Amino acid sequence: MSQAVDEPEQESETARIMTGTRAIAAGARDAGVEVVSAYPITPQTEIVEAIAEYVESGELDAGFSRVESEHSALAGAGGASQAGSRAFTATASQGLLYMSEMVWWVAGARLPVVMAVANRALGPPWNIWGSHTDALSQRDAGWIQLFAANVQEAYDLTIIAYRIAEDQDVLLPTMVNLDGFTLAETMQPFRLVDPGAAQAYIGDLEVPHRLDFDNPRNYHQMAGGDDFWRFRRKIMDTMETVPDVTKDAFDKFADLTGREYDLVHTYRAEDADVLVVGLGTLAREAEVAADILREEHGVNAGVVRPMLYTPFPEEDFREAVAGAEKIVVLDRATSFGRGGITTLDVERALDRPVATVLAGIGGQNVDYEDIVRIAQEATPGETVWFGGEIQ
Amino acid sequence: MSVASLDMTQIRWHSRGGQGGMTASQLLAEATFKAGKESTAFTFFGAERRGAPVTSFNRVSDTPVKLYSQVAHPDLVVVLDESLVDLEDVTAGLADDGTLVMNTTETDLVDFAGQTFVVDATTIALDYDLQADGTPIVNTPMLGAVAKTGLVDVDVMASVIDDAFGEANAEAARTAYEQAREV
Repeated sequence: MSQAVDEPEQESETARIMTGTRAIAAGARDAGVEVVSAYPITPQTEIVEAIAEYVESGELDAGFSRVESEHSALAGAGGASQAGSRAFTATASQGLLYMSEMVWWVAGARLPVVMAVANRALGPPWNIWGSHTDALSQRDAGWIQLFAANVQEAYDLTIIAYRIAEDQDVLLPTMVNLDGFTLAETMQPFRLVDPGAAQAYIGDLEVPHRLDFDNPRNYHQMAGGDDFWRFRRKIMDTMETVPDVTKDAFDKFADLTGREYDLVHTYRAEDADVLVVGLGTLAREAEVAADILREEHGVNAGVVRPMLYTPFPEEDFREAVAGAEKIVVLDRATSFGRGGITTLDVERALDRPVATVLAGIGGQNVDYEDIVRIAQEATPGETVWFGGEIQ
Repeated sequence: MSVASLDMTQIRWHSRGGQGGMTASQLLAEATFKAGKESTAFTFFGAERRGAPVTSFNRVSDTPVKLYSQVAHPDLVVVLDESLVDLEDVTAGLADDGTLVMNTTETDLVDFAGQTFVVDATTIALDYDLQADGTPIVNTPMLGAVAKTGLVDVDVMASVIDDAFGEANAEAARTAYEQAREV
């Protein structure tokens, strides 16, 4: 069980206090990104602003391209990656949907771009607050998806994402998700990694199929029925290697920083009868609910939080929830006609029904006291709404 | 409280868009962080426009704060604009042993039995020429008044303000610290 994020920050030259968005920008800087191509959207804007400041001040030696749309933002980052540069972009919500064509293109082209997504609900009605439906609508595109639950993780995962994406056995783009507003705009203490050490940890970028004037090739030509499936299969097969590559990336990161991460973060889960499952900040808040359930209600509760979401680490997840009688998924993503998207992935890994509570969608405030009630009232096999069936 | 992960000081700021409530909460987070605490700051925007009510929050603890929800049970409430008391229940969830800090010249605007500090931050802001588009920016003086409650050392607070916005703002905070009085 990893407890790295629960240790207090010591007085240190590397300790800072920043918002999640600014920490993501610092992560991209310290990862040594060479090209940033981005378009601003709430609540991601501060990432773009902060990187622009780094480039302007000379703190980051990178090309910064202010493009006219999200589609172009990812087209630019993908092009830079195709040319052999470490590329970064960031978006949210409608912006992610607008770039969706390129989301698939960059994955199919096997380009190790890293993109931060400040998760935000999709309109209409218009809404600028958190939901995971934006990222999970792109779940099947061929991107690796990581979810951060605090500012330290947002920063660390941005660096770690490059190591995973650029692994020669992987070469897939990676998305670092942080909850819109609740993490993106929350200021917390965290600790920096020395940029030289971070870049040594990631290693030199090698895009084996990069543009090369001495060895000119065609890209993205037509592939017919005899070959197209082979490209799809390669991505499918690669995804099977990602959990082990990610574990190794986490281990090496722990060697570097002392901060230990797991594919599936657990909190008081080992002896828990009731487990709350969630992604990002809501699962972090749920840890306090688990404490209250144990100490004031006599319920052995715990929390299980996948940090790697795509590919879904089914084996680790099964192990994490093995002893629990009741599993309650706090789901912030909807699949109309099917239920909660997170629930569907959780149930695929298990052989029993879980309770689904759609909660915290579009900025709905869900606090630890609410989660105490939710964990007790939710029933396996049922999908209910917080604010509706559970008040 | 018996649950250790709830052992923290929770703060709620009431302001109007443009007055600097969000910035105040962020500067307070920085100052408490510099003083060796774990602290978080965040803001809930309703309508994102000038003059609209904005609520900002801080949590200050000795261990990492895991909460992201809006503060329902504040230990300290700070009101930057006295006209908000007609729109919002600014003391909602504030325990009787909590503390209220208000920018006002009145002493009985809010029916609250607990510890109350008042300061005329608007006049202090005008004295130090802290204005944006003719609106007095009261957030830095209010941080001085917050220091008066003992939550953060006034020198640390003033130095963080000085780094962010310069000497006039830092001096305004010190003046508010001197003038804030318990009623």
